[in-house]
Amino acid sequence: MPGLQLRNIRKAFKGTEVLAGVDLDVAPREFIAFLGPSGSGKSTLLRIVAGLETSDEGEVILDDRRIDTLPPGDRGVAMVFQHYALYPHMTVRENMAFGLKNARVPRAEIDGLVTDAARTLEIEELLDRKPAQMSGGQRQRVAIGRAIVKKPRLFLLDEPLSNLDAALRLRTRVELAQLRQRVDAGVIMVTHDQAEAMTLADRIVVFNDRRIQQVAPPMEIYSRPANSFVARFVGSPAMTIIPARLADGGAFASVLLGNGTRLDTQVPTDGLPGSGAVEIGMRPEGVRVCGQGQGTTDAEVQLVERLGERSLVYARLDDGAAITAEDAGTTSAKVGDRVGLSIDGAAAHLFGPDGTGYHRAAA
Amino acid sequence: MTSAERRWQGLLFVAPFLLLYLLILIYPLLRGLWLSLYQVDLFGGGTFVGLANYARLAADPVFGQSLINTFLVTLMIVPLLTVVALALALALNRATRSAAILRGVFFSSAVLSVTIVTLIWRFILAPDAGLLGELWTALGREPLPFLSAPNLVLPALAMTTIWWSVGFPMLLFLAGLQQIPQDMYEAAALDRASKWTTFWRVTLPSLRRTTILVVMLQTAAQLQIFGQSQLLTAGGPSGASRTAVLFLFETAFGRWELGYASAAAEILFLIILAVTLTQYMLTGRVRAGEDGR
Ligand SMILES: Nc1ncnc2c1ncn2[C@@H]1O[C@H](COP(=O)(O)OP(=O)(O)O)[C@@H](O)[C@H]1O
Ligand SMILES: [Mg+2]
Repeated sequence: MPGLQLRNIRKAFKGTEVLAGVDLDVAPREFIAFLGPSGSGKSTLLRIVAGLETSDEGEVILDDRRIDTLPPGDRGVAMVFQHYALYPHMTVRENMAFGLKNARVPRAEIDGLVTDAARTLEIEELLDRKPAQMSGGQRQRVAIGRAIVKKPRLFLLDEPLSNLDAALRLRTRVELAQLRQRVDAGVIMVTHDQAEAMTLADRIVVFNDRRIQQVAPPMEIYSRPANSFVARFVGSPAMTIIPARLADGGAFASVLLGNGTRLDTQVPTDGLPGSGAVEIGMRPEGVRVCGQGQGTTDAEVQLVERLGERSLVYARLDDGAAITAEDAGTTSAKVGDRVGLSIDGAAAHLFGPDGTGYHRAAA
Repeated sequence: MTSAERRWQGLLFVAPFLLLYLLILIYPLLRGLWLSLYQVDLFGGGTFVGLANYARLAADPVFGQSLINTFLVTLMIVPLLTVVALALALALNRATRSAAILRGVFFSSAVLSVTIVTLIWRFILAPDAGLLGELWTALGREPLPFLSAPNLVLPALAMTTIWWSVGFPMLLFLAGLQQIPQDMYEAAALDRASKWTTFWRVTLPSLRRTTILVVMLQTAAQLQIFGQSQLLTAGGPSGASRTAVLFLFETAFGRWELGYASAAAEILFLIILAVTLTQYMLTGRVRAGEDGR
């Protein structure tokens, strides 16, 4: 099977488990983002694929070849490091040619590859400079160029944009998206920036607590989070998740909030855990502010965040549950106001006692 | 605050060091220069003799020989010392307990005084009962007379000095190695660089500044080599290991010719200054633009 397969990868550092048996399949030419809080093992897994770290257990297979037994240089992967790791005493040209020289690629071919990559990345005029004579963004390009010339089967990028300022990060993000169309290889990019993951990746792998929490395309991660961790982690501002009880209903579940409000969801009753205690999750865009007494329930405003085109209203129900709602940019809600909240039950998610997510039937 | 005031305040901050520097470095230098123009002995005042001391030095074969000895021994010591210190640093640049202990062991010789060092090496080098002699005999060969053969005594001096001085350069190289970011080695591994290539293309270029520093400091230090030569061989046999500073010492405090000794000191000072400046200029030009990654 072409592509990358990870089989039951385990890793512990001095008795502390970091990866507890990870499995993952990456299709050829797929762009995968590793997303998760810091310390969740994203870099460790990437480095295990690169061969910079050894796994305690498990297999890494790339294009039908087991590579976890090979030295890093023989695996057919190229890496872009977070701090670029350019060789300071070599020119850009030498930096890019170094790996090819070591692989005994003929000189003329090296020149061609370096020139091509430099043209693609628009760094031709930098070829004779040294890293110290370049800006962060330029170094970033060289680091990418050094990876490209090797024509790897898989690119590994560890937080490649985290050292750039906001404007440059946005631009480089666009360029990365264009670049990946041109290279005939898969990409795994580690990031803790969900916007980056959402915009670039074909599929996102969400990490937490030594395990993969979910592997899915960006919109599915957002609209059908596998569990309450993913639901909270992805989306900004975070999804409101509050305790609720299942009420009697028909084919779709209805729940009672802590303050007694009844919500009818579109989550099929089939497959829901039997016991009554669940959690309900609502994205801010599914909760609108309205006049007191006119909505599904009333709440007291705790904080108003004006974002320009819309406002976020952080409110509290009578039973103390915190809930985030959306309102127009011109909202008149003030801290301490009592307002009504109109909750779109059809957009709500349910989470079982073990955190598993349940969603409305896929459209 | 006006800029003039600020300048005076700045000067106040460096004043203590500046005064000390003037007192213990510049003053003796000038005083020596003055002395070198006089014929002075321990008691009477001096007689001004102009450049006569320098003329006499130029014709003095003992001084000439001492300069040649100094150059030779410096040439034996500095390159080898640099390589040995680098090799030790490379071998001991790891986080294991045994490496930490060995780092301490190799540095420990540096804290010994020259008296003890020469005592130890006398035991090693003495042909009849020394360690090397015993080894040589055990191999069925004639022991080498390190301290009494004119062509062996400078190498013996160099060996002793390298053993004594290797700790500090090793520490400088270790510090230099620690500065090299780990991800450069990881990049090199992904670039299929062999150990050898990694050393030549990643490690060594990153240690360039450290190497220059070590060579410059050691050259200046070894051109002033003294204690080993005085205590191990007293400059013998027949002046074969007399170094420039030993010549100074004998002239000044053996024969009490303070003016003549001062003139020799000025010459040595100029030589060291010239060598150091040459090294600095040779290496300074190629160093631009090597920072950052
Ligand atoms: N070389 C190492 N030695 C010991 N612990 C490590 C090492 N590398 C990573 N860890 C630990 O493993 C965990 C996962 O690290 P990492 O993979 O870097 O996380 P992430 O990239 O998701 O932020 C962290 O708790 C980190 O402290
Ligand atoms: Mg990381």
